[in-house]
Amino acid sequence: LISCYRKPKTKRAKRFLEKREPKLNENTKNAMLIKGGNANLTVTEVLKDIYAVKKPFAVLYKRKNITRPFEDQTSLEFFSKKSDCSLFLFGSHNKKRPNNLIIGRMFDYHVLDMIELGVEKFVALKDIKNSKCPEGTKPMLIFAGDMFDVNEEYRRLKSLLIDFFRGPTVPNIRLAGLEYVLHFTAVDGKIYMRSYKVLLKKSGCKIPRIELEEMGPSLDLVMRRTHLASDDLYKLSLKQPKGLKPKKKKNISHDALGTTYGRIHMQKQDLSKLQTRKMKGLKKRPAEKSAQDGGATPKKSKSA
Amino acid sequence: MAAVRVEAVLAAAEEQEAEKRRSITVEKELELEYDLGNLLAVDRNPPPAAALRGAGPRREALLRALARDNTQLLVSRLWELPAERAGGAGGPLVAQLPEPTFRLPREKPAPKPRPPTRWEQFARLKGIRRKKKTSLVWDEQAKEWRRRWGYRRAGGDPSRAWLAEVPAGADPEEDQFARLRREKRERVARNELNRLRNLARAHRAGSAVPAAPLHPTGHQDRDELRRVARVARVSTASLGRFQPRLPKEPAEPPSRSGGKKRRFQPLLGNLAAERSRQLELLRDMGSKKPVLDITRAVNKQLRQEEAEAAAANKGKKQSKRGKRGRRQQRPGRSGKKSGARRQPQQQKPAGGGSGG
Repeated sequence: LISCYRKPKTKRAKRFLEKREPKLNENTKNAMLIKGGNANLTVTEVLKDIYAVKKPFAVLYKRKNITRPFEDQTSLEFFSKKSDCSLFLFGSHNKKRPNNLIIGRMFDYHVLDMIELGVEKFVALKDIKNSKCPEGTKPMLIFAGDMFDVNEEYRRLKSLLIDFFRGPTVPNIRLAGLEYVLHFTAVDGKIYMRSYKVLLKKSGCKIPRIELEEMGPSLDLVMRRTHLASDDLYKLSLKQPKGLKPKKKKNISHDALGTTYGRIHMQKQDLSKLQTRKMKGLKKRPAEKSAQDGGATPKKSKSA
Repeated sequence: MAAVRVEAVLAAAEEQEAEKRRSITVEKELELEYDLGNLLAVDRNPPPAAALRGAGPRREALLRALARDNTQLLVSRLWELPAERAGGAGGPLVAQLPEPTFRLPREKPAPKPRPPTRWEQFARLKGIRRKKKTSLVWDEQAKEWRRRWGYRRAGGDPSRAWLAEVPAGADPEEDQFARLRREKRERVARNELNRLRNLARAHRAGSAVPAAPLHPTGHQDRDELRRVARVARVSTASLGRFQPRLPKEPAEPPSRSGGKKRRFQPLLGNLAAERSRQLELLRDMGSKKPVLDITRAVNKQLRQEEAEAAAANKGKKQSKRGKRGRRQQRPGRSGKKSGARRQPQQQKPAGGGSGG
């Protein structure tokens, strides 16, 4: 509301506010990576690696913030409002929940979903010594396992992970630049997240053969608590405004075989006055013409 | 013989093709689901749980093999998309991604169009449309094109005006420069006031929508929840009269508005006010002027009809109406208006005649 009566005085401030206001086509979601009051080395390393994966659409907070997201969400919401981030990853550690990561997202600067995951094994980017892919590469996401469809919490987790890692939405992509893949497997109550660098090898035909090389952070996660949004709030957040639907082109239809049909609306045509091709053989001879006219021709008919 | 040869050649060729394709084909029980706009693939096949239970490098190898298969399938799909060479013949091969199909929640709710301001409502009612103005105006003094307002405007800098004429009916002692400055300050203040009023109206209009938040949005404050609870309580068939209250909910006080007939003044209150009220009542009863001002009522009705007509015409033809349309309509309307205006004159003599 303050933004209503206090107008920005500089163009830069105006651009800043315009970037943050609700839009038809939204910006790429930013993520904030926060350390809790008692974050240990593992959790800090995880946050640093995820930051490296999500650059430049992430903010890593250096200082420890003593909050408990599951009890009190106001501090998270305050941070989200200040830095305009709608995704967050909060890392903490205590005896009851060791190596704890809370991954979550916001809707309208209020917490929508939060899922607490425990890190059982972690291999960092710097532990695997090989060449990495460039920063800001859009990763390919693969989810394996029927748990991601059967269980409601896993379904939300899948949606959260896609939201978190998908990066900007692009219309075109360079085929040679598909270098990074994140693979999530849900098995036995655990979720294995592995990141690989994709090597495109020559195969006989156009489509290359894929070889994978382990790179990047790999995590073994187990789901702990969840705080999911109620169904109607989730439906409200999924609602897309009407302007986004592509406009239907009128008078164009497609049939099942792929043929495109168009419709043209014409006025009523007088078929007797149609301009067709002149066929000399079909031309009316003078005798026929005079017979049709009823004999009253102005010209004298030449004798054949 | 030749036929056999041809068949053999074809079979060999097919074998070669299959061999080539073998390196990129992957066998899966269930087909994967693809969302190419998000570079996403979902594999519904249950993974080999027993094999993955054993820890160590075997699990890693299995996971990597699974990942390789899935990635191969996804990349095959991506490579089948329509692609072209960006930036000429030698540029990189770029594929056109379709729209993402996986529905993800939005960051912020969709923007709502702001309600029209007071002027916009009036303009819509009257059919006034914006005149397209040129950005530059010819300045005779400076003999060049200057902007309409702002830095170096046409007509010179108003703050450096060295002459201010005293208008015809004004006080000769008054300071004209001070008057101009004061009037500019007043104009700016009035403009700001109207802007804030429009904002307040828009804000009030926005928050007076009860329909959406009657179900919990997850972030309503206490006052909003109380208001919504009150609305919900009153939305029963008996308007909330027999609705049981929660243990800690306070009893509803007798509503302050309560309808015009249910409002009672306190018995022993302001005696002077009561007296003046009674005298006013007597005065109104004895006066000859009717309590209902018919001209005002008729004008109000006409304005309402005009607004409805404008709203209806807006749907049909927006361009042909407007000032011209209104002017043409006036003969019909003025007949009505004059008819209405004539009525009180007719009534009055009759009233006077009957009264007197």
